Amino acid sequence: MVDDLYREVILDHYKNPRGHGVIEDADAQAEGLNPLCGDEVAIYVQFADDGETIEEVKFSGRGCAISQASTSMLMEMVNGRTANEVAELPKERLLEEVGIPLTPIRLKCALLGLGVLKVALHRAKGTPLPEEWAGLDELDLR
Amino acid sequence: MAVTARPALDAQKLRADFPIFEEKIHGKPLAYLDSAASAQKPRQVLDTVREFYETSYANVHRGVYLLSERATEAYEGAREKARAFVNAPAAREVIFTRSATESINLVAYAWGLDNLGPGDLVLVTELEHHSNFVPWQYIAKRTGAEFRLLPIDDNGELRLDGLDELAAGTQVKVVATNLVSNSLGTVNPVSRLAAWAHERSAIMVVDAAQGAPHHRIDVQDLDCDFLAFSSHKLCGPTGVGALWGRAELLEPMAPFNLGGHMIRSVRAEDTTWGELPYKFEAGTQPIAEAVGFGAAMDYVSAVGLEAIAEYESNLAAHALERLAELGGITTYGPPADRRAGIVSFNVDGIHPHDVAQVLDSEGVAIRAGHHCCQPLMTRLGVAATNRASFYLYTVPDEIDRLVEGLHKVRRILG
Repeated sequence: MVDDLYREVILDHYKNPRGHGVIEDADAQAEGLNPLCGDEVAIYVQFADDGETIEEVKFSGRGCAISQASTSMLMEMVNGRTANEVAELPKERLLEEVGIPLTPIRLKCALLGLGVLKVALHRAKGTPLPEEWAGLDELDLR
Repeated sequence: MAVTARPALDAQKLRADFPIFEEKIHGKPLAYLDSAASAQKPRQVLDTVREFYETSYANVHRGVYLLSERATEAYEGAREKARAFVNAPAAREVIFTRSATESINLVAYAWGLDNLGPGDLVLVTELEHHSNFVPWQYIAKRTGAEFRLLPIDDNGELRLDGLDELAAGTQVKVVATNLVSNSLGTVNPVSRLAAWAHERSAIMVVDAAQGAPHHRIDVQDLDCDFLAFSSHKLCGPTGVGALWGRAELLEPMAPFNLGGHMIRSVRAEDTTWGELPYKFEAGTQPIAEAVGFGAAMDYVSAVGLEAIAEYESNLAAHALERLAELGGITTYGPPADRRAGIVSFNVDGIHPHDVAQVLDSEGVAIRAGHHCCQPLMTRLGVAATNRASFYLYTVPDEIDRLVEGLHKVRRILG
């Protein structure tokens, strides 16, 4: 079971995270916290000239292999998409990509990055923020 | 093998009392190293609860019939056991609650709201569990009192030398600490803190949730004013805890929960409160759980609290030694001779969640997280730690399996 969880693609993203870093003066930005483990993730978005298309997206913070890998996969998945497309992106889509069996506790690790990204877009572009992510929006860690 | 002393405790034999150890976890025997979160239950406790339900169950203090008398006798018998367990002067000073957390909330609300105000100081430690931190922070805010933290040194021990300076310009009203830190295993100098508190006419509140299962408690010797502890960390059922408080403080306090059984008389215009301890026991109590709690106190007392404390300290020494041999491990907290059976650590470069997940696949259960101690984690500069914690049924082999498991953690994630 543990081999399913830490399969090669997860370990690859964990050890070589895509889009890890900070964008100074980002167009959209948010931070989030997993209260179960204290992990924090921040996401930064830069839009193209059309103001809609994500031109660059990065994340920083600390977390377990599952949260780091799934956020890394998320960065690849949303690059070049529009804010609205990402706002509508169902979490199941990311979980498919992650592709490992997750207990409810580890599910929170895997989805933290997606929630924070949705909050960042909601704050910058007013995209809808479904109820399940609203708790993240109330946090202001700065 | 570092456990060289010969404590009067045979953990291997005691394990036979705990049915959980017959369970296989992912096909492997269970190595349960999370007793600081909650302890496993021996047959003696399980049988007591079952037998109580089968032969003696009814609501207490209500009926005039035989069953209610039996239930009341068992419930009040548990109260007497709790009294003796902490050497309280009187059973009426022992209140059953839902948990140690509720016990502390009771004091924070019922004493704090009426006794705190601007200029007053509530002092808690940097080591506190959120249960003895958040209620005080909240009530201090509500009343306008100051809320400050007593810092720890790099060993995770309280810096008592800074007390006077911390309190400067305020009237100290509450000093709150845990007896044993649930994160680091630090055994705190409660008597010294209590003496300092009493010189300033403050009350001393002790969270003994982590201390009571592992150390002999004597509230008169500690010279504290309130002491909270719970059943589930002490081999007893969940859902019940206890608060001991000095009668002279409890008597004038307003009730915390209101409702059935805590009253003397109820009229449309006014209600008067019942006697101690019933004034603080509104509603139907966790009766069978309290009876099971009593059986659990009997069980650990029969094993012997001195033997438990000594045995666990040896286990902690063994664990610290094995982890040091492994290398690349950061451990937190004081040296083994000054700590309880709790070892918090991090594997360099690997997140605690991943450590705990891989260990689970080997049947080794540890806690990974902030242990409800976020201010302490901030002080340590980490988001989370791994924590292995021990009890009277822990055997050195379980710690060795933890160390073996850490090799696998490194193979997968290193």
